[in-house]
This record gives sequence, C-alpha cells and structure tokens, in this order.
Amino acid sequence: MSTTRTIDASPDTGDPRRARPDPARKQRPPRRTWRQALRRDWQLYSLAILPLLFFVVFRYLPMIGNVIAFRKFEPGGSVLGEEWVGLRYVKMFLNDPSFWQVFTNTVVIGALTLLFCFPTPIVLALLINELRGRRIKRFVQSVSYLPHFLSMVVVAGLVMEMLSVDGPVNQLLRAAGNEPIAFLQEAGWFRTIYVSSEMWQTVGWGTIIYLAALTTIDEQLYEAARIDGASRWRQVWHVTLPGIRPTAVTLLILNIGTFMAVGFEKILLLYNPLTYPTADVISTYLYRMGIVSNSFSYAAAIGLFEAVIGLALVMSANLISRRTVGTSLW
Amino acid sequence: MVTVDRTRGYRVFRVVNAIILTGVVVVTVYPFVNIVARSLSDEFAIRAGKVNLVPVGFTFRTYEFVASDPTFWTNYRNTVVYTVVATAIAMVMTTCYAYVLSKKHLKGRTFLIGIAVFTMFFSGGLIPNYILISSLGLKDSIWAIVLPNAVSVFNLLVMKAFFEGLPTELEEAAAIDGMSTYGILLRIVLPLSKAVLATMVLFYAVSFWNSWFAAFLYMSQNDLFPVTVYLRNLIAGATTGTSVGADATDMTVATNIKSVTMVLTVIPILVVYPFVQRYFVKGVMLGAVKG
Repeated sequence: MSTTRTIDASPDTGDPRRARPDPARKQRPPRRTWRQALRRDWQLYSLAILPLLFFVVFRYLPMIGNVIAFRKFEPGGSVLGEEWVGLRYVKMFLNDPSFWQVFTNTVVIGALTLLFCFPTPIVLALLINELRGRRIKRFVQSVSYLPHFLSMVVVAGLVMEMLSVDGPVNQLLRAAGNEPIAFLQEAGWFRTIYVSSEMWQTVGWGTIIYLAALTTIDEQLYEAARIDGASRWRQVWHVTLPGIRPTAVTLLILNIGTFMAVGFEKILLLYNPLTYPTADVISTYLYRMGIVSNSFSYAAAIGLFEAVIGLALVMSANLISRRTVGTSLW
Repeated sequence: MVTVDRTRGYRVFRVVNAIILTGVVVVTVYPFVNIVARSLSDEFAIRAGKVNLVPVGFTFRTYEFVASDPTFWTNYRNTVVYTVVATAIAMVMTTCYAYVLSKKHLKGRTFLIGIAVFTMFFSGGLIPNYILISSLGLKDSIWAIVLPNAVSVFNLLVMKAFFEGLPTELEEAAAIDGMSTYGILLRIVLPLSKAVLATMVLFYAVSFWNSWFAAFLYMSQNDLFPVTVYLRNLIAGATTGTSVGADATDMTVATNIKSVTMVLTVIPILVVYPFVQRYFVKGVMLGAVKG
C-alpha cells in the first residue's frame, strides 16, 4: 500500500514502473498530461500499436470505403471511386422492386428468428435448471451446446441431408403415406427451415448465460417465497424470472441490434433461385449485386443502408430499455 | 423444499420435463447419427430412403473414395495451416490489446476501448471489405483469411475482464524490481492466465477451423481452399476439379460423399469437444459478467 503511494506521488520522474491507484482510496489519481502518460506508459502504448493498426486498416478503412456508395466506382480504378454521383445509387435501390422484396424478406426472417430463437433458450434454461442429478444436467447441457461448434457449411449440409428426398423427414412422410417434398426447392418452406435450423443450432448455447444468471439468484428469496406459501409456478414467476430479467434484456438488445444481419452465410448456402422469393435477404442480394455482378457502388449503397439501420436499431433498443427497465449496454 | 417436491403437480412436471429434455437431446444428436450412418452405407440404400440410424449395406468404400482424392487432403492440410497461423496471430494481437485495455490508470483507455467496441455495432460491410482486400493484393493468400479476423472484439473483452480480475500486487512488486511492462506481461501475467488463454485459443481455433466464407470469397484456386470450401462445393453441387465430377456415377456417389466429407470435417471438433467444452462455457461466463 505504501509503495503504491510513493510511486503515485512521483509519476513524472521518468520511471517506467507503473502503479495503479489504490481502489480503497477515494481520491482520484492526479490527471496526467499526454506527455507524462506517454513517458510513463510508453511500453503499454507500444503493445497497442499493432492491434490499433488492425482496427484502422481492417475495420475503419472499410467504413470510409463506403463513400463509393456516393461515388462512381470502377473495378481496377481508384479504391475510393472516380467521381461524386450524390444519391444516385441510393435512389436506384429505393426504386428497385427487388430491393423491397429482399427488404421484406429480411424483416420477416429477422422477426421470426427473434420471436422463436430469443425466448427458447430461457425456457430451456429453466427446464435444465429443474433437473436434479448433476451429471444428467451436465450431459444435457453438453449435448445441447454441440451444434454451436459446427461450421455453417456442415450445418447447411446437415439440413440438406435431413430434408433431402431420401432423408429422414421424407422417410417419415412416406411412412405416413404422403408424397415426399423437396423442401429446399419450395419457397414456402424456406422460412420454417431457416428458423428451425437456427433454433437447433443456437438454443443450447444460448442457455449458458441464463443458467449462470440463475445460479446468482439468492436462495433466501425462494425461502421467503415458500414461507409466504408460493407454489413452484409462483416462485418461477416472482423470483426466477425477475432474477434473469437484466440478462434477458441485455441479450434482447443485442439480438435487436443484429436483427437485420440475418444469417447471411446460412442463407447463401441454403437458398437457390427457386426459393429467392422468400429466402433472398439484403445481405445475399448485395452479395450477388456486388461480388457476382460487379455493381460495387450499388451494392455498397445497400450495405451502408443496412448497417445504418442496424446501428439505429441497437441504439434505440438500448435507449428504450434504459428508460423503461433500467438496464442498458452503455 | 420436501413438502413442495412431493406435490402431485410437481411430480407430473418432472416427468414432462424429462420427456421434453430427452426430446431435445435426441433432436440434437440425431442428425449426426444419421450422417454417420449414411457415410457408411451403400449408395443405393441411401437413395431408396432406407438409411436412418444404422448403416445399410455397410461399406467403407466412400471413405476410401474421399481419401483417395488428393484435393481433399490438400484442403484439409490448408485448414490445419490456416487455423494454426490465424490462431497464433489472433492470440498475440488480442492478448496485447486486452492487457493494455485492462490497465485502468492508462490515459486514453476509454478511447482505445471505444475504438474496438464500436466495430461490434457498425462495420464497413461486405463490398468495401472486398475492395480493400483486393486492392491490398491479399486475394489468393492465407492473409485474406488471417488478417481481417485478427481480433475478435468479444474475445478481447473476455480477456480484458480476466486481466482486470487479476491481483495487482505481483505486478506492482515486479515493477518495483525494475521489470519492464513486456517482462511483466510475459512472466507474471500470462502464467497466471493459462485458463483464459486456453479458452481463447479454443474460441479462435474453432472459429477459424469452421470459417469458409472468407476463403470462398477471396480464393479462386482449388489447392488453396480449406476443407470447408471443399465441402461447400460438394453440397452446392459444384464439381471440384478431379474429385466428384470425374467419377462416372457422380450423382449417386455424391450423397454419401457429402456425408463422409461432413463427418471428416467435424471429427476433430467432436473428438476434442468433450474435453474442452467447459473452457468454452467459462469463457462465455467471463464475457457475460463483465461484457
């Protein structure tokens, strides 16, 4: 303790040794100028150089690269485009009926995913929590996490095999005397397939956080509820659910933030021209426009639009939850 | 507790619960069992829709067929190389940055954190990234996969949370003894952080092992693909050079070839999974508590 104080008191002796302010002490450490901070912590800052370079080059440069949404871009030409064209590409996609088709598909798939894949981990966590044996509990958890670790390609492959004409689902249909269905060729089935495979893949992993939150609920609250004569259901309603509410709200915000970024990779693997009417989403559409058809500026405009909506969604979800429930990400 | 447990309603609930959770386990495991059964089955039995839980017309021929394709092995080796290199680089970058961010006294810390966290909610998007990678000349090289994914912000925050939780006394003592920041990180902090380092290695390794889109997007030569892209081309029905298309009975063989390739792709993960699963869970918890 005393050593900390001595070092803290003489921060600008050119000594590279660092010390941290004692948290027990209320008084804030003296504010340092940048020169002092650099002299004292240059070794720490030097560790940050490469990662910062990474963020600048591979995260922030692409953000700047979005200016091609407002500039004419030619493959092989300047990275930032040739000349300003204003909102030409924005107007172009706003007047493009296929854009509104994929926009609708994105919203519908996003909403369905949120509706089904957000609550199921909560339910599953509550059910697993009711299991008694520790080993059986561990077993169920381990099995349910497994799909999370698969490559999207493998998941898509599994979906295709399960739903193929000779696959188990069609075997069941045949056994029940029905005609087999080529599920992946029919637009009407795509959303069901997408959402259920998403659930299969994410529900187990989603329970981890809730199970952790459940263990933090004070046992005394349950005892108090029992003394008041609360039944099992009432205990769940009045103690368990309020206990995991902050966690649920946080995850809800995160989910809403990624609402528009529906599983691009999975859709790209599972869709085909026959299912475009329901399966094609903004991200896959802009992939085909940009990478496949080389309309880079047009695709960048759509991408920027999507990213801005995503940011707006997460910020408003955050704001609403801070105002109403009092939990927020920042 | 005892009295509540013995009510009839609760007993019924426990039975229903057991049934539901058994169902969850069965539904989760079933596709794997089915794929393994298919991979060991005769192609005619598969096409006739007879293969379900056990192989019909048991044969190793498909495994031999896939194993005899040199492209498959090249791609498999690529996956291993990409995973190892990418994980190593990502670990160095993430550890350094997380350590810096964990120092609460550091001037500009909030700014450094903000730079990273902002990218979680807003990103440049597919097209600008594609143009960037192309113009940097990274296409058709391992760096197109490694560099753009060198730091995962989620992993970064998990590590930062862990470092923040370490006791400060040892580091302070080392600093007084004249050890440099680098020395403290290497010799004091990292040995104390083995658990979180293991978790992070696993997180990164799994994500690089599974990744396919970057390679699919930036690579155009068969012998550069990771095995996931090999598999993607199989299931998408695209012929991959010498492998499937060259075979006379390609359509029939393709079904169990897909299954075999899938099994071979997930086997490393399935084998290590039971042993490392708890590290993953720990990592997520760390992230959740502080994240």
